Amino acid sequence: MKYLDEFADPVVARRLLNDIAATVTRPWALMEVCGGQTHTIIRNGIDQLLPDGVEMIHGPGCPVCVTPLETIDRALAIAARPEVIFCSFGDMLRVPGSSDDLFRVKSRGGDVRVVYSPLDAVRIAQANPGKQVVFFGIGFETTAPANAMTVLLADRLGLANFSLLVSHVLVPPAITAIMDSPTRRVQGFLAAGHVCTVMGMSEYQPLVERYQVPIVVTGFEPLDVLEGIRRVLVQLEQGRAELDNAYPRAVSREGNPEARKVVADVFTVTDRNWRGIGAIPNSGWRLADRWAGYDAEQRFDVTGIVTAESEHCRSGEVLQGLIKPVQCEAFGVECTPRNPLGAPMVSSEGACAAYYQFRRLQAAAS
Amino acid sequence: MCLGIPGRVERRFEADGAPMGTVDFGGVRKDVCLAYVPELQVGDWTIVHVGFALTRLDEASAKETLAMMRSVGMLDSELGTA
Ligand code: SF4
Repeated sequence: MKYLDEFADPVVARRLLNDIAATVTRPWALMEVCGGQTHTIIRNGIDQLLPDGVEMIHGPGCPVCVTPLETIDRALAIAARPEVIFCSFGDMLRVPGSSDDLFRVKSRGGDVRVVYSPLDAVRIAQANPGKQVVFFGIGFETTAPANAMTVLLADRLGLANFSLLVSHVLVPPAITAIMDSPTRRVQGFLAAGHVCTVMGMSEYQPLVERYQVPIVVTGFEPLDVLEGIRRVLVQLEQGRAELDNAYPRAVSREGNPEARKVVADVFTVTDRNWRGIGAIPNSGWRLADRWAGYDAEQRFDVTGIVTAESEHCRSGEVLQGLIKPVQCEAFGVECTPRNPLGAPMVSSEGACAAYYQFRRLQAAAS
Repeated sequence: MCLGIPGRVERRFEADGAPMGTVDFGGVRKDVCLAYVPELQVGDWTIVHVGFALTRLDEASAKETLAMMRSVGMLDSELGTA
């Protein structure tokens, strides 16, 4: 067990692994939804420590990876305008659009700024009244309360030069899409802990019942992930399908009511195209109509976007759990974090980036 | 961007009508909006996502998480200090 001493508490890790080994009598396929969990699994070799036949399928929970190509191209067009200061989380800078990325727009003189928090973008708008400041509001339910608050704050401050390019995605509809897919193999889910910190757990009960699939809310640290896996496997072996919380220190049933209220005020549910996956009904948030004045899509009339994905990139299959990144021929050859062909090679949550960071040598050796 | 980092509230203040706090993430300090967890007091630990506190956390698990994130380099990438 080569990785075991890298766990915070190797004794607890070994106990959990022994429990898992004693529980499992046949093969199971589990999906971790969150890209942070994917990185933990690959970094700590959790998939290799599990009993033979227990497979971890990596889910689409990397917001950077699933932001639609059309939206990336739109962002690039807006960011290139001379009157615009374009603010984004750092992860987005190298995400490939059809023929460009934000990093290159910046190097050609575009005012593209990496911010830690969307609040920083509001401050930049305050400080630059002569410029249009656009924030690229992407992410799952975890970043939505922050992004939503910028609109309320800009409104309170009367900022006419601030807008949001919104492309939020939601976890429960993604689980629905995975379970409705004809290629589905997933028998149990680790739900993303911090998504539930915001939203609570109530949205998952109907999914458990409808698909008779165990869903366990799980954190992203190595021991958390092991415990989540153990709880899913115990349910599967006992023929149960329940909603469980393996991350109670950060997740309560009701989530964060204040955050949910603001998000419900500012955003409204919309169909969303997931990059590499396709359209999923009711799977995103856009700005609610009453906040349309802050919508960068409406403020900047970008027309003529023609999207083109890389021909070699198999990110769609990676994001749907159909192949592992190392099965993509471009992996580590034409496609590296410095020169990514697809978004999953970019982000600190992308599956291809995780395999590149932690499995490259192993893949080459095998 | 998506993970959330534990930190300790060191000071509270107001900005543009919103409750704010200076939060210490194991040595790196940032100003964070406390509007979603307004009951946070100086000395409390919280999980922060892109500049917003989202929940309280007990000290022991917060410190453990911070240590884990630092040891694998996640802290810098989440804080944008890499
Ligand atoms: S390794 Fe690169 S080219 Fe292959 S699927 Fe991943 S991102 Fe796409």
